[in-house]
Amino acid sequence: MEVARFWRTTEQRYRLVGEVCPRCHTKIFPPRDVCPACEAEAKTLYQFSGKGEVYSFTTIHSAPRGFEKYAPYMVALVRLEEGPLVTAQLTDVDESEVYIGMPVEMVTRVLREDDKRGMIVYGYKFRPVRQAEAERQLA
Amino acid sequence: MEVMKPVRPVGIVGYGAYVPRYRLIVEEVSQVWTGGNVVPPVREKAVPGLDEDVATMSIEAARNAVARAQRVCPGFSPQQLRAVWVGSESHPYAVKPTGTIVAEALGTSPYIQAGDWQFACKAGTEALQAAIGFVGSGMADYALAIGMDAAQGRPGDALEYTAGAGGAAFILGPLDFALVEIEGSISYVTDTPDFWRRQYEKFPEHAGRFTGEPAYFHHISSAATALMEAMKLTPADFTYAVFHQPNVKFPLKVGEELGFRREQLKPALLVNEIGNTYAGSALIGLTAVLDVAQPGERILLTSFGSGAGSDAFCLQVRAPAPHDGVWTTRQYVQRRRPINYAQYSRLKGNYKLN
Repeated sequence: MEVARFWRTTEQRYRLVGEVCPRCHTKIFPPRDVCPACEAEAKTLYQFSGKGEVYSFTTIHSAPRGFEKYAPYMVALVRLEEGPLVTAQLTDVDESEVYIGMPVEMVTRVLREDDKRGMIVYGYKFRPVRQAEAERQLA
Repeated sequence: MEVMKPVRPVGIVGYGAYVPRYRLIVEEVSQVWTGGNVVPPVREKAVPGLDEDVATMSIEAARNAVARAQRVCPGFSPQQLRAVWVGSESHPYAVKPTGTIVAEALGTSPYIQAGDWQFACKAGTEALQAAIGFVGSGMADYALAIGMDAAQGRPGDALEYTAGAGGAAFILGPLDFALVEIEGSISYVTDTPDFWRRQYEKFPEHAGRFTGEPAYFHHISSAATALMEAMKLTPADFTYAVFHQPNVKFPLKVGEELGFRREQLKPALLVNEIGNTYAGSALIGLTAVLDVAQPGERILLTSFGSGAGSDAFCLQVRAPAPHDGVWTTRQYVQRRRPINYAQYSRLKGNYKLN
């Protein structure tokens, strides 16, 4: 159980709240209070749009503890439209459908459960942008 | 019985639906458990993914509701909500409110109500009634009411043919910018044991055919009739009627018995494509109607929850709903990835792994 650690990061995990640098305006995710570009103190909260694209991806067949029941699942590096590169699971998509550059959007899903008695950990994942998917199905 | 009407006029300023993408063709249940002898009451049902539950589905429906509210209500933000109420019979925790998770994901202020609602399939409309009262009394300007379920049915049981997943979220607010006016409502409740789930049990039990006449039909008819009489309206005054939809037959039968024509009932009828979404069932039917309804049209909404009771609402559309950048209910229904019974059993956690 790491209740306190999860609780501290709820905002960023549930809805992609990061930070913006007051000096050079770099958008920061995950929040780290210091701008990675200009090293200024950066504590101003910033709500990311949740839109981005797949930078790279892989499929996890041998899952770490706590994630076994989800395997195989896909993990991607997602380039957010505001700049940062985020590691996250992909969801609502088949492996054959994913490609580098695929537009994705953030959804809040179950990341894992701390066994039957523990807490349920929710957080961001990414899925194909719904509009793109809808257009493909109508075509 | 007198109609319930808030002191200050209340309307729906935003709404949103959610249906997960997986679909089980229900004929497979019949094949697995009866050798194909049972004719399924619906064609297919929606199944949540491994990473979905009532909290995650409520979050997406609520984000859609916020998006619509922001398009019709200048300056609306989740910070203005004073209640986030989720009605469900499959809350992820036995103790720990779903509403808090949804509120945090929306970015509301902490100054809200967030208790969960429970009344079998009418938990969602209980939340809706409370939100109308909350806004209508002046205690709050905006309140969010959600009906959402990831329904459970014991493998092979009659419920497994229809137990689906999905629901809808509604933001209630003052009438000024509302898409829909709440004209009045009436609730009708008795102690009728047609369906229940005991503490610590995974699957609900039901009283077979008893779920029909003394439960579903009696409560829906009583609430809907009382509301129409109190408001001096007849079925002809409504463009649409939306009823709880546990299967295809029941809502059509109760609608026709009350005097509605099939054309008034059909636009809300999603159960053949997504199954019975329990606390979300009547409410997601309402979203399908709001997606297409035009100003001036009147809607009768009547839920049913086992145990048992019905909430009946009279709604009048004031403005067409905005859809730019927000998915319609039809789009969610059409987003479908068929799975077989073995895959379905895995998603439902029905395999013992160790």
